[in-house]
Amino acid sequence: MSANPTNGPGGITRRNFLTTVGAGAIGAAVSENALAAGKEVAPPQVTPAGRSVEVALRVNGRTHVVQAETRWTLLHVLREVIGLTGAKPGCERGECGACTVLIDGIPRYACLTLAVEVQGHDVTTLEGLMDGEKLGTVQAAFVEADAFQCGYCTPGQVMAVEGLLRANPNPSVEEIRRGVSGNLCRCGAYQHIFKAAHRAAELKAGK
Amino acid sequence: MLPSFDYIRPKSVQAAITHLATGSAQAHAGGTDLMGCLRERIFPVGKVVSLSGLPELRGVSETADGGLRIGALTALSALSEHPIVIKRFGGLAQAAGEVGSPQLRNQGTLGGNICQKPRCWYYRTDFTCLRKGGGTCFAVDGENQFHCIFGGGGTCFIVHPSDTAPALVALNATARLAGPRGSRDVPLEKFFVLPEVDVQRETVLARGEIVTEIRIPPPVSGTRSSYRKVRARRSWDFALAGVAMALRFDRKRVIDGRVVLSGAAPIPWRSKEVEQIVRGKELTVDVIAAAAKAVTSGAEPLEKNGYKLALFQGMIEEELTLMAASA
Repeated sequence: MSANPTNGPGGITRRNFLTTVGAGAIGAAVSENALAAGKEVAPPQVTPAGRSVEVALRVNGRTHVVQAETRWTLLHVLREVIGLTGAKPGCERGECGACTVLIDGIPRYACLTLAVEVQGHDVTTLEGLMDGEKLGTVQAAFVEADAFQCGYCTPGQVMAVEGLLRANPNPSVEEIRRGVSGNLCRCGAYQHIFKAAHRAAELKAGK
Repeated sequence: MLPSFDYIRPKSVQAAITHLATGSAQAHAGGTDLMGCLRERIFPVGKVVSLSGLPELRGVSETADGGLRIGALTALSALSEHPIVIKRFGGLAQAAGEVGSPQLRNQGTLGGNICQKPRCWYYRTDFTCLRKGGGTCFAVDGENQFHCIFGGGGTCFIVHPSDTAPALVALNATARLAGPRGSRDVPLEKFFVLPEVDVQRETVLARGEIVTEIRIPPPVSGTRSSYRKVRARRSWDFALAGVAMALRFDRKRVIDGRVVLSGAAPIPWRSKEVEQIVRGKELTVDVIAAAAKAVTSGAEPLEKNGYKLALFQGMIEEELTLMAASA
């Protein structure tokens, strides 16, 4: 694990280990054809309780084939099997939003989603917003707007904003409030989170 | 970690029905409610039958007669953002847009929303209450601030948690069900089960049956629909009180229509008292005041939910005033 930060073009740094941890994960890259076939992996026959099945998950543009129990959530597989820890376990009951990821570009709770249900879909996690060591646009806006205190909810907030801006590149304040309404912040950094979302929209528009 | 279960994702509705008809099987649509029930072990689930391999159950389309067909697996966000739904069935679009949070609406389905399990905190935790086969309702003498004011019938005092269900009842929708004995159509108004009829069921769905689609008849000219939801937190929550309206106007006069409450009863609750008062009348200040007063007639509040009476009255007043302004 390297702790040496490198300077990205935007002047914002990120430690190596967060981006490289995925490379040490259990998953192995497979071809596009295998992914397409992954849609058919979903067992038309019963998978007995406790039995693992092969699940092909396309995460941040890369396909991971993992052995997973059908009861495992996407959040569990992302964190504990693939090794992507951007999505956070919070309430694990679909109330806090810390586990928010994009599925086919749309924000969803990874804690309420069975991994086996996500085959054939595109998953984007916080790590997928980064360009190597450089923070993604929404992340950079959160830093600029000081939009966090403890930071635990931040990955989920960032993903909610990312999903919002993909659907609505120029949201009003009310649309921003609604867009992040499924993400709780116990530190109460909401005003800055709204500002960060607004700033992210500006940054994405090249302003 | 969730408890273990058998899992299958059938490729046909018929196969899904066959699997659902055996053992303690549960259907998985969006999964937002089922996952919580699994995690809290509310009821035993031997097998999860995923419906995600059935794309034919997804999507919104207009029918030949100008009505609407909504596949049961249509996501709530897709419904709330659908141009035809917004334009012609506004109350349903509003209701779907008021459910949960953006993430939950992106995942949750219309079929799942009307088939939700109750949110009563005794039901959702370790209490073996009437609805779980026990001998006692713990809400009667317990923390009942979020429970029903109608329809408890002295047995179970849940409120139905759905926002879309009252809108569908107001719009006179019908659910198409598919099961081991074929398919059947059930008006949404007859779809939900009061505790006095069967305290352990929320819907008329038989074992192995699923909702495959919802049909809404074409709105008669002059019909306006709406949904209003009051909750403790603006960001997202279940309804403390809500009302779906579908009123047909002739100029400023209400010809006919339905007024259906959420957060009021174990089922979406038609307020025939309000309907009767507004029918045939212009929505004047006096008519609105009479309707607001009538909405709680016959209500039986529990020890801690008496605030709902004023809440429903105020909400009816505001909503009818809005309706009158748009008439």
